[in-house]
Amino acid sequence: MISVYHYMTVSAILFAMGTYGVLTRRNAIVIFMCIELMLNSVNLTFIALSNHLQSMDGQIFVFFVMTVAAAEAAVGLALMIAFYRNRESIDVDNINLMKL
Amino acid sequence: MYDKLWLIPFFPLLGCIINGLLGKRFIKNEKVIGAIATGAIFLSFLVSCKYLIQLLGDSVKSHEVVVASWMSVGILQVDWGFLLDPLSALMLMVVCGVGSLIHLYSIGYMHGEEGFYRFFCYMNLFAFSMLMLVLGNNALVMFVGWEGVGLCSYLLIGYYFEKQSAGDAAKKAFVMNRVGDFGFLLGLFIIFWTLGSKHDVWTVNFMEISENAHLLSGDMMLGLGVTTVATLCFFLGATGKSAQLPLYTWLPDAMEGPTPVSALIHAATMVTAGVYMIGRMNVLFAMSPTTMAVVALVGALTAIFAASIGFAQNDIKRVLAYSTVSQLGFMFIAMGVGAFTAGIFHLMTHAFFKACLFLGSGSVIHAMHHALHHAHLNDDPQDMRNMGGLRKKMPVTWATFGISCLAISGLPFFSGFFSKDEILWWAFASTRGSKLVWAIAVIAAFMTAFYMFRALYMTFHGEQRTNAKAKDHVHESPWVITLPLVVLAFLATVGGLIGIPHVLGNMLGHIPNKLEHFLAPVFEHSQRLYEIEAHGTAATEVSLMVMSVLIALAGIGVATVMYMKNPELPGKFTRKFSQLHRWVYNKWFVDEAYDVLFVNSTKKLGTFCWKGFDVKVIDGIVNGTAKVVGALSAVLRHTQTGLFQNYALTMVFGTVVMVAIFILN
Amino acid sequence: MTDHLLSLMTFFPLVGMLIVLFLPREADRLIKTVTLIVTIIVFLISLPLAFDDVFINSSAMQYTEFANWISIGQYFQMNYYVGIDGISLWLVLLTTFIMPIAILSTWHAVDKNTKGFMALALLLETGMLGAFISLDLFLFYVFWELMLVPMYFMIGIWGGKNRIYAAVKFFIFTAVGSLLMLVAIIYVYYYALQAGVPFENGFSIAHFYQLDIPAHLQTWLFVAFAFSFAIKVPMFPVHTWLPDAHTEAPTAGSVILAAILLKMGTYGYVRFAIPLFPVATMKFTPFLALLAVIGIIYGALVAMMQDDVKKLVAYSSVSHLGFVMLGIFAMNLQGLSGGMLQMINHGISTGALFLIVGFIYERRHTRLIVDFGGLSKVMPVFATIFMIVTFSSVGLPGTNGFVGEFLILVGAFESDLRIFTVFATIGVILAAVYMLWMFQRVMMGKVTNPKNAELKDLSAREVVIMLPLVLFIFWIGFYPNVFFEKMNPSLENLINQVKDKQHIAMMAEEMKPTVTQISVNDLR
Repeated sequence: MISVYHYMTVSAILFAMGTYGVLTRRNAIVIFMCIELMLNSVNLTFIALSNHLQSMDGQIFVFFVMTVAAAEAAVGLALMIAFYRNRESIDVDNINLMKL
Repeated sequence: MYDKLWLIPFFPLLGCIINGLLGKRFIKNEKVIGAIATGAIFLSFLVSCKYLIQLLGDSVKSHEVVVASWMSVGILQVDWGFLLDPLSALMLMVVCGVGSLIHLYSIGYMHGEEGFYRFFCYMNLFAFSMLMLVLGNNALVMFVGWEGVGLCSYLLIGYYFEKQSAGDAAKKAFVMNRVGDFGFLLGLFIIFWTLGSKHDVWTVNFMEISENAHLLSGDMMLGLGVTTVATLCFFLGATGKSAQLPLYTWLPDAMEGPTPVSALIHAATMVTAGVYMIGRMNVLFAMSPTTMAVVALVGALTAIFAASIGFAQNDIKRVLAYSTVSQLGFMFIAMGVGAFTAGIFHLMTHAFFKACLFLGSGSVIHAMHHALHHAHLNDDPQDMRNMGGLRKKMPVTWATFGISCLAISGLPFFSGFFSKDEILWWAFASTRGSKLVWAIAVIAAFMTAFYMFRALYMTFHGEQRTNAKAKDHVHESPWVITLPLVVLAFLATVGGLIGIPHVLGNMLGHIPNKLEHFLAPVFEHSQRLYEIEAHGTAATEVSLMVMSVLIALAGIGVATVMYMKNPELPGKFTRKFSQLHRWVYNKWFVDEAYDVLFVNSTKKLGTFCWKGFDVKVIDGIVNGTAKVVGALSAVLRHTQTGLFQNYALTMVFGTVVMVAIFILN
Repeated sequence: MTDHLLSLMTFFPLVGMLIVLFLPREADRLIKTVTLIVTIIVFLISLPLAFDDVFINSSAMQYTEFANWISIGQYFQMNYYVGIDGISLWLVLLTTFIMPIAILSTWHAVDKNTKGFMALALLLETGMLGAFISLDLFLFYVFWELMLVPMYFMIGIWGGKNRIYAAVKFFIFTAVGSLLMLVAIIYVYYYALQAGVPFENGFSIAHFYQLDIPAHLQTWLFVAFAFSFAIKVPMFPVHTWLPDAHTEAPTAGSVILAAILLKMGTYGYVRFAIPLFPVATMKFTPFLALLAVIGIIYGALVAMMQDDVKKLVAYSSVSHLGFVMLGIFAMNLQGLSGGMLQMINHGISTGALFLIVGFIYERRHTRLIVDFGGLSKVMPVFATIFMIVTFSSVGLPGTNGFVGEFLILVGAFESDLRIFTVFATIGVILAAVYMLWMFQRVMMGKVTNPKNAELKDLSAREVVIMLPLVLFIFWIGFYPNVFFEKMNPSLENLINQVKDKQHIAMMAEEMKPTVTQISVNDLR
């Protein structure tokens, strides 16, 4: 029987993978995908716990997360395109405008 | 009855506005511009005449006309109001009369000048301001005129604004006058406040101040009587406007302006405003013997000091300028010893003969300028060393100039004789007089006779020293210039007859002193109240009179010996007393001293405040705070790499630590 | 309509701003025209106020509007509460009057990002008008801060070479002050709640006036308010942002800054600091008068030595506003009305001076005095107008400057600040020195620089800009009663209210052994 622990484990692994990707990859698109991965691992946790606790709260949150994630992806990709137009690259090492 | 009084200042104002707005673009014609300006002041003259006649036949001698309210702020109520009394009526005649003549003269003198319309616009503005000064029924309206004439003086001295020296002189005149105005304002504040807070009379109106002045007799301020402090402040104002020690230095420099300006503003009218103001406030001044003594002493010192500088000047206008300062000193002596009538009398006669002298010098300069210009020479047309022997070339100018010299020297039966002797007599015999002031005044009178005749001889007599090329181009001036000269010379001759002293009048068969009688409503009250009178025997008065005539003759004699008989004498003199000559020639170095003491030190203080305090201290603190913050953040900014993955790593690390702490607890 | 006149006037520029924002970026002239029309309409809306005789008869607030704005449970209640009386009347009119002139002056001066500039100018107008008509302390604070932002950008974007430094300095100086004020405002609010002021009145100043705040508290609150306003005035020694801001700001910015923004500080004293904390005012009067007089003389001395015309005018503002402060702290009718009038005078004269500097800057792209000389010959119309404005700034009788200065000095002389008056009067002399010296160096003499020989005289547009200002210079100079009659009832009321409280405080003080004798001028 697959228990809530299995779900949690999978989601933890997914989250760690996502984090690792965000921290190490240079390509902004890939970083985005990793962020999506992290968000979805959280979604998985929410749903698993929602089922476990017999409460709908978690599932509602998932809808929020999905909406925000979609918006974020749109804004993020727009940013990337704008950036690519300026620099002809989406390598995050080149994005250091905040450094004086 | 008198309600059209406002017309008197209104006409010149109208003339100023018409010429100022339309003169350049639309009228253009010199004759029309001149006619508008001269007509405006002449209309004022006619109105003044009408009111003078009306006043002479009126039993009430002072009339106030309020046109509108100016400032109405609680207890402070100031009106645009005019006051006609014998004093202002007399001044109106002088200002409008002499003013009209000088306007007429200017049409000829300023012919062909680039800013012709501008000149007449300013002249009318001046007339307006001067008439406001004279007619104002309260200290503030007077102050409008007071500063207004200062403004016009500034504009007209700086008329040739392309000349650096003209700009400097204009600014100097205005600023020094402002120093005086500072005194005027303070005096006014003191009177206003003391009368108001202590006696519940909140007013700036002259008549009300005069009526209530006696209330102030017991009040003290700074260890002196309130009236003493206030009148000393007012007197500071007078020294600025009337070029007395220590604020006289602007007047000689003011000669940068065109000559009619010097005649009108810096001889006949504006500079006498200080004397007029003391006359207007004679009750206050009479209350303070201290101030009166100061006034008399300052007047005497100025008279002799300016006369001494007049000895060594070669610029004809500067000689006249120092002479003006000196004569103004005489007027202040008169005011200081309580001879208010004599002071105003001298003001009037001085207006005649000094205007005539200035206009005469203008005529000479005009002729010299044309001659030199014709011969393409750059000689100074105002330097008397380039003149001499002009008598034959310019007979009318010579005659009128000569008559005025006789008048200013005080030869019998010329106008200056009566007024000056009246002043000397009061200085000698008045209850407020002093022998010291009298002695100084006598010496100054001697000096006046000397340097005036020196100027006359150097200009009109002896050899003509003009450059040979220009010599024959010197001609007499046209009628617009000579007519005012003749009229003024006539006035300088007979103008004194309205104020024949009682002693002489009695000797000549009961001729009354008309002027004294006329002005009595203004001055008699304070003179009687504060026991100001000249007492002495008729014999003393007559012998003093004879003595002063002899002294004037001596001055003329010395001048004749030095500049007519032995022309080499002055040269010998200067060589012998070269140090003294150097000091006199350089005007006792007063200008230089003022530069060091006031001008440069103020500039230094200004520079210190700016570069030393503003930039270093205040902005130093401000920018220093910013620098400290900046230095701190320079250390902290190393943590900011600008790479978001570094931040993300830090975040993850932080989360791990927090979770670890949470779990371990 | 008149019910909402003030709101209409205040928020109409905001509507105008929205219109401007929807105009195409390139339509430079259109944007300027629309902005000009909007500001003129605002002026026309405000104009009936000038002819309303209600101000002559009543000292109370007129045209009041009240609405609940923000309520946070039982903690905070802020209202939209506006109104106008004789004190703010002329400042409001000055604002609406100066704005079209300032906009017209940008015709050629602003060419980069016009849209932004005009939008900010309109936003600024709303802020300024709002601050003058607020009767709710919190609302005032909102408008007060609202003014800061557009001005910051105006200097920072359209300014001169050193604009960033100037803009940041301006912002930080002002922000430091206003934060202190905010703290004090909140403190007063809670104090008022405890003292029983009804909750729904919010921050209404009318109710705060009635409070009896203990002396020691007043001291601290007054310091916070006074410091904030002192920076805005600006008083010595917190004035150094002003020369920088003025020098760097574009002409229109300088005009608005000098003519209106600075008045916010002096107005703040009259409307808030003094009536809210009368006892503390009494304590600080000698100190502030001293600072005012130092400002008068110091500003004049520093102005004298400047080599940049605009900086000279900026320092002269320090001197002029010193006079205003002296008048206000004289706390009698002459001093206060003189001070109020001098605010308007300064707006007109100094605004005009900045416009004049702008004119020659547009032509020569320099403001250094040495680069000029002999302009009278080349630009006679300009010379005449410059001369009139110069003498108005110097305070020549017959111009507006004299009436204000004279009343201030007379008022101060009547009060206990007599000795300060003597020194302030010296400032009158110095004013002549620095203005005339500058005028001589710029306008007189020979044309030495060939670039100056070909300068064009004022255009019709420029004359139209200056003409109303010149008109007001003479109008106020010769017949200022129009202004006084509407100003005085409110000022009298204010003085009585302040004096009464001070009197009561002094009576209480006299019970104690240490007695300080301060005479109270009786006012009639």
